[in-house]
Amino acid sequence: MLLQQLADGIATGAIYGALGLAIVLVYRASRTLNFAQGELALLGAYVSWQLTAWGLPIWAALLASMGVLAALSVVAERVLVRPLVRRHQALPLIIVTLGLMIAINAVVGWAWTYQTKEVPALFGSGAIEVLGVAVSRQDIGIVLTVLVVAIGLGVLFERTPVGLRMRAAISAPESAELSGISTGRTMSMGWAIAGAVGALAGTLIAPELFLHPGMMAPVLIYAFAAATLGGLESPPGALVGGIVVGVVENLAGSYLPHGSDFKQVVALVIIVAVLLLRPQGLFGRREVVRV
Amino acid sequence: MSLLSVDIAAAGYGPATVLRDIAFDVPAGGRTVILGANGAGKTTVLRTISGLCDVTGSIRLGGDELVGLPPYRVAAAGIAHVPQGRGTFGDLTVRENLLVGGATRPHRTAAMDADRWMDRFPRLAERSGRPASGLSGGEQQLLAIARALMSAPRLLLLDEPSLGLAPKITTDLFATLDELCAETGTAMLLVEQNAQLALGIADHALVIESGRITMRGPATELRDNDDVRRAYLGV
Repeated sequence: MLLQQLADGIATGAIYGALGLAIVLVYRASRTLNFAQGELALLGAYVSWQLTAWGLPIWAALLASMGVLAALSVVAERVLVRPLVRRHQALPLIIVTLGLMIAINAVVGWAWTYQTKEVPALFGSGAIEVLGVAVSRQDIGIVLTVLVVAIGLGVLFERTPVGLRMRAAISAPESAELSGISTGRTMSMGWAIAGAVGALAGTLIAPELFLHPGMMAPVLIYAFAAATLGGLESPPGALVGGIVVGVVENLAGSYLPHGSDFKQVVALVIIVAVLLLRPQGLFGRREVVRV
Repeated sequence: MSLLSVDIAAAGYGPATVLRDIAFDVPAGGRTVILGANGAGKTTVLRTISGLCDVTGSIRLGGDELVGLPPYRVAAAGIAHVPQGRGTFGDLTVRENLLVGGATRPHRTAAMDADRWMDRFPRLAERSGRPASGLSGGEQQLLAIARALMSAPRLLLLDEPSLGLAPKITTDLFATLDELCAETGTAMLLVEQNAQLALGIADHALVIESGRITMRGPATELRDNDDVRRAYLGV
């Protein structure tokens, strides 16, 4: 029973981690928290659903949806975000992402109604026995998919010229620009990858939660908890943070009295505790200010 | 024919105009130093050339207009700029710093060049895989210059390379700089507080006061000028 709970926690946690990763990528690119990240993922889930409704296989629908959301994220970054980033307007920027969150949610509700839809599971049904525990194919598939994406991004950032440019632009934007790197382009790239990873998270979680316009609001809070726990700057941190949040949420839901009512609180407790006790998170570095 | 031809009517940051009527040339392979008190606008001259300031006027590199280009395209046009005090990427390794410097060139060429730089400066090779933030001040400045030269620029802009360095290290750094630019034939436009050293490796000098050029001439001539000696050489 406990091991079963752990497996479920790790699988949902991997999805929180994936959305947390999207938040981290945008934070690194534009120094802002994108409150619309969850709704962009929601839109990704709906695009996936729509494409399967038109007859595409779910995997093809997922890939197409990731592409669409990458493109839309770049548009949002260019049109709404970059002008404010260039003028260092931090607060208006957050308000803009909040507005975008509300707008996308309304558009989704308008386009696809508020009735729940069923997204086909990507990994079939049934369970596989792992170390004496029956783990659903769905859980295993989710964890493996997120793992593959995470490793792929790790290779992209650490081992390719494009990744090096992105890291240079984050490390010292002005020096990067003076070295011939278009920081505008690296910023767009950060948003594009975040949009695609978000669409993946949304499509992976939709079969678990049923697809409806309110689906991603709680997930976004877990993802923020994951990103905060990981340190907000660290992509691996977000994934590890997501899994911790997923496991704690699942255990609290099962073992605390009235646990299922408290699940959401778990995320908020984690956010507050991290900010109080270790603001740089598990993987972040303490910001050193030289005077 | 001159490599860089600067003819700035006005330049600055938004409504704050810092420079007025700045006109000068840097010949191919030439070395010009800009002297002046703190706040005179020296750094702004370099930042304006690199496309980081608002400007009216004309700045040409080998005949091509640079005004209006974003900084990364100015860099791609052949100008490398080591900004004041933070020329390195602290989070990136020493080798990655060099590779970023070669971002405007094919990756393979850049990788070969990075290895060449490390052969040349064993201190960099020893720390090749470590974050640049762990280097000493002098090593960071050396890395910043090597990184800038990685783009095989036609013109190198250097903003106060001696800032925060001990005198002995500064002297060594200038000797290395002199050597590197002589080898590659790279032109140099240098802003420097240490006028003695700067005039030693430069062939021309400008003096800027309150955003205008007040004096100019061959470096040797300015070194012997009484006003310059009193104001910038401390004698």
